[in-house]
Amino acid sequence: MAGLSLDLIAVQLFAGLALGAIYVLFAIGLSLIFGMLTVVNFAHGAFFMVGAYVGLFVLMMGGNFWLALVVVPLVVGVIGLIVERFLVRPLYGRGIDYPLLLTFGLSYIMVELIRIAFGTTGYPFDTPELLQGAVDIGIGYFPLYRLFVLGAAAVVLLVLWLFLEKTSYGLIIRAGARDPQIVRVLGVDVSRVWLVVFGVGTGIAGLAGVLAAPLQGVIPEMGSTILAEAFVVTVVGGMGSIGGAVIAGLLVGVVVSMTSLFAPEMAKVSIFALMAIVLLVRPQGFFGRAGLMS
Amino acid sequence: MTKKTRGSKFITRRRLLTTVGTGAMLAASPFRINVVKADEPTIKVGFPVPLTGPYGTEAQDQVRAAQVAIAEFNDAGGLNGRKAELLVRDDKLNPGEAATRALELIEKDKVSFIVGSLSASVQLAVNNVTKERKIIYNSISQSDEINEAKDFSRYTFHEALNPHLTAGAVGRYAFPKFGKKVAFLTADYAYGHEMVRGFQEAGKAFGIETVIDVRHPLGTSDFSTLLPRIQALKPDILCISNFGRDQQISLKQATDFGLKKSMKIVAPILLYTGRLAAGAQAFDGVIGGTSYYWGIEDKVASAKAFNDRFRKMHDGKVPSDYGAMGYAGVKVVLEGAKAAGSLDSEKVIPAIEALKYDYYKGPEYYRKCDHQAVQSVLIIESKSKPEKGPADVFNVISTDEPSEANLRTCAELGFKS
Amino acid sequence: MSDVPQTIADASDRSNSLFDMAVRHRAILASVFLLMFPLIMPFKALAANILIYGLYALGFNLLFGFLGLLSFGHAALFGTGAYFCGIAIVHFGLPWYVAILIGTLGGAGMAAIIGVLAVRTRGIYFAMVTMALAQCVYYLFYQAEGWTGGENGLRGINVRVIDIFGLKFDFLDPLTRYYVIAAFVILALFVLSRILASPFGAVIEAVRENEARARASGYNVMLTRLLTFILSGAFCGLAGALAALHLSIVPIEMLHYETSGMVVMMALLGGMGTFFGPFVGAAVFMLLENLVSLWTVHWQLIVGAVFVACVLFFPAGIWGTILRRIHK
Repeated sequence: MAGLSLDLIAVQLFAGLALGAIYVLFAIGLSLIFGMLTVVNFAHGAFFMVGAYVGLFVLMMGGNFWLALVVVPLVVGVIGLIVERFLVRPLYGRGIDYPLLLTFGLSYIMVELIRIAFGTTGYPFDTPELLQGAVDIGIGYFPLYRLFVLGAAAVVLLVLWLFLEKTSYGLIIRAGARDPQIVRVLGVDVSRVWLVVFGVGTGIAGLAGVLAAPLQGVIPEMGSTILAEAFVVTVVGGMGSIGGAVIAGLLVGVVVSMTSLFAPEMAKVSIFALMAIVLLVRPQGFFGRAGLMS
Repeated sequence: MTKKTRGSKFITRRRLLTTVGTGAMLAASPFRINVVKADEPTIKVGFPVPLTGPYGTEAQDQVRAAQVAIAEFNDAGGLNGRKAELLVRDDKLNPGEAATRALELIEKDKVSFIVGSLSASVQLAVNNVTKERKIIYNSISQSDEINEAKDFSRYTFHEALNPHLTAGAVGRYAFPKFGKKVAFLTADYAYGHEMVRGFQEAGKAFGIETVIDVRHPLGTSDFSTLLPRIQALKPDILCISNFGRDQQISLKQATDFGLKKSMKIVAPILLYTGRLAAGAQAFDGVIGGTSYYWGIEDKVASAKAFNDRFRKMHDGKVPSDYGAMGYAGVKVVLEGAKAAGSLDSEKVIPAIEALKYDYYKGPEYYRKCDHQAVQSVLIIESKSKPEKGPADVFNVISTDEPSEANLRTCAELGFKS
Repeated sequence: MSDVPQTIADASDRSNSLFDMAVRHRAILASVFLLMFPLIMPFKALAANILIYGLYALGFNLLFGFLGLLSFGHAALFGTGAYFCGIAIVHFGLPWYVAILIGTLGGAGMAAIIGVLAVRTRGIYFAMVTMALAQCVYYLFYQAEGWTGGENGLRGINVRVIDIFGLKFDFLDPLTRYYVIAAFVILALFVLSRILASPFGAVIEAVRENEARARASGYNVMLTRLLTFILSGAFCGLAGALAALHLSIVPIEMLHYETSGMVVMMALLGGMGTFFGPFVGAAVFMLLENLVSLWTVHWQLIVGAVFVACVLFFPAGIWGTILRRIHK
């Protein structure tokens, strides 16, 4: 193990946490829809990808990155609303298989529509001028933009938490996830709640996409890799638990980072090995409710 | 990328699809580009390439270039008046699909030749199908294994460069110039390992020292946990041996981490299409190899001729590196058939073996033992920004001349002399 | 999903004697159809692929449709069957029929290993555990390059002649190759039909319908699950072995989770609770992909739209919907 110093391990740990924050950002929209609606959204990766392309479109039209950060979640969220209203809603109560198949088919459609509109080649997506370059974080250099994404993930989580825990609407959402029937009896239009949750979940997926664009560029297939990662984070954390997803995301980041140090070729499989181990020991994940969707 | 390039891409895509659409009406199969004459069976060349999937752009360029070769052959009168046609199939970058398509082309369409592929696994799959059925296959994508005795057959030809040759050429250029401490960042599969072997073989003559070889899983989208280690080791050169999107993302993130400030980054292959997709910033200053770059037309007459024909047929577009190999791959089998005066594999093989050709990049020929095309490797450097239009992305800084000495020997490949 | 026409038991309740007879002799009817099948397909290699993936989907459906366990890791069983068959021929030079047996046992063995770990979990967790374990299997085969060829896949499974009791058949001939594969698929159809009609088949159904009641009636639920998983693995392993022989290669993509996802889609598309549904689903899926991809590079748009339409308008799947129509 040439060149293994304490400094390097510290950098590696930090890089792992930073990567973990990105995983949380990728996964949180999926986790939200999973937990609240028990819909396995296979099109999550496609919404992520569409987010990156909407951001690209904003830049092409002469807008800037900051404008894109506002426009993208709105546009992708609205697409999500439409999808929920006309495609997913008829399937509630039919088990988890049907929404899963539907969103799988939908992801094909979304990817192909993007290919038709933007072509099969990827596009470069430059890091915004203000956030270019690497900064000294005390233990080494780290790209400024990654630190920004770290902060953005924290903000998204905070806002989401405040929305779910501190607003009356959030209360209804949480109650609806536990027992939709009672909520309906209390005179609340549950279908509208679900509509909003789906829109918020996909909007966050889109935001994650545009935030990821300066890290990896933009290409129609970019959603498929993150779908698997987002699933692992959601499942390990426990379906339906936002806090669980955060802890799982950070853990997955650190696991990937440490594997990268000692056996980099195993970095990808390590997250699945982690998932297998966690599920075999604790089938509902860290913070999942036992028996959910079984 | 500017809006202008986007526009032109749209037009060409549409045009490609229109061609495809017209073909469908004419011959009930979409990619047949020639009207079949009633009494004269055409010479069919099967062309499985990954039209869909992450290399769709490159594959569509391969089709365009192959069409140029077909048109040339037919305009020159064909084989005693028999015209050629191209049967394009989508292999979806999946070896199973490719093998199925190869079976379709051989068993149903009765093709005389198969040319194509854009990945090592796919070409090895197609090769396994064609060699059993004694159909000539010319592969236009990189692999070292297809040269080896285990996979090779006399029906196998390899028009593309191979990793050993390409990485060797880049190493021979870079090691004496930039230093001896070398780090590798390698995609963990045969193609990546072959590239590293090529670098290290070439490096022996210069006494290079490998400080680390980091192997990352294929299809990695985040390199942030791999780069700090490399940075801490302070190598003179970082060889990034991966392909396609892995290459684009790793170069982009290496730039973000500031690696270019302290080391020279080289890649065995720099893709023209990859550079367009990833942008000038990520590729800026990176040195790599390529089989072809359109910019050599100032010096090489055959390149000029090929580029002009390509531009004429395809809206003024220039051919890409992998596209150009589609042209050469198809042209080789058709010229072989012409020289043999026959479509019989057994007669065409010696005819191709005897070819000494300069179709688009300078002199080439096939080595006898492994049917590897002996050819030049261009060493290119990515420009900070395009000067003469958006296609002006690389500087050709050196040419590694064709020589069998740069290939692994026939004995090394397992051939008994 | 209890509204889907389930099995023979269901069907025979109704009074439609012609239909009853068809159901009773479903394996024979299917065999006759499969013999004619290559004549109506665009090309023979595709027909053989449909057989193989149809069998894969049938094996998957034994677990999913009949026991009610959704697995996202069936590629591991399919792929192991293919690799074991291929390795038996390439590295050990064993005859083709031994290789097929080894492939089938390989699928069953892999299912036993995954099953022992996974059957304790249920619902979406079962799906996730099987997916995670299948990814680990993928990685093992990927890294064992000397045996499997790694990312480049295993090549050289070149069987030219099939000899049965002294008779020699040219395996390179497309139609012969199809019929050899069809013979094994038909055999598997009979076996599967027998299993479902057996007392064990009834236990499988009992476990799906009401686990607590099945347990109270003295059945070992965990063991039933494990055995069904292993049987499912044997069918998928056989399908994998046939795929290896048919294409003469084993691509690593066979172990990829997309191959797991694909079989779920095939089963749902065809109708998961029915016997032939998955087969129909596989055929429609592959034909659609094949025909549309010849016509446009945007074939995924059409395939995706068909899926969405099927989910919304034919929730019982294609075959399930047809069966229902006949019943009316």
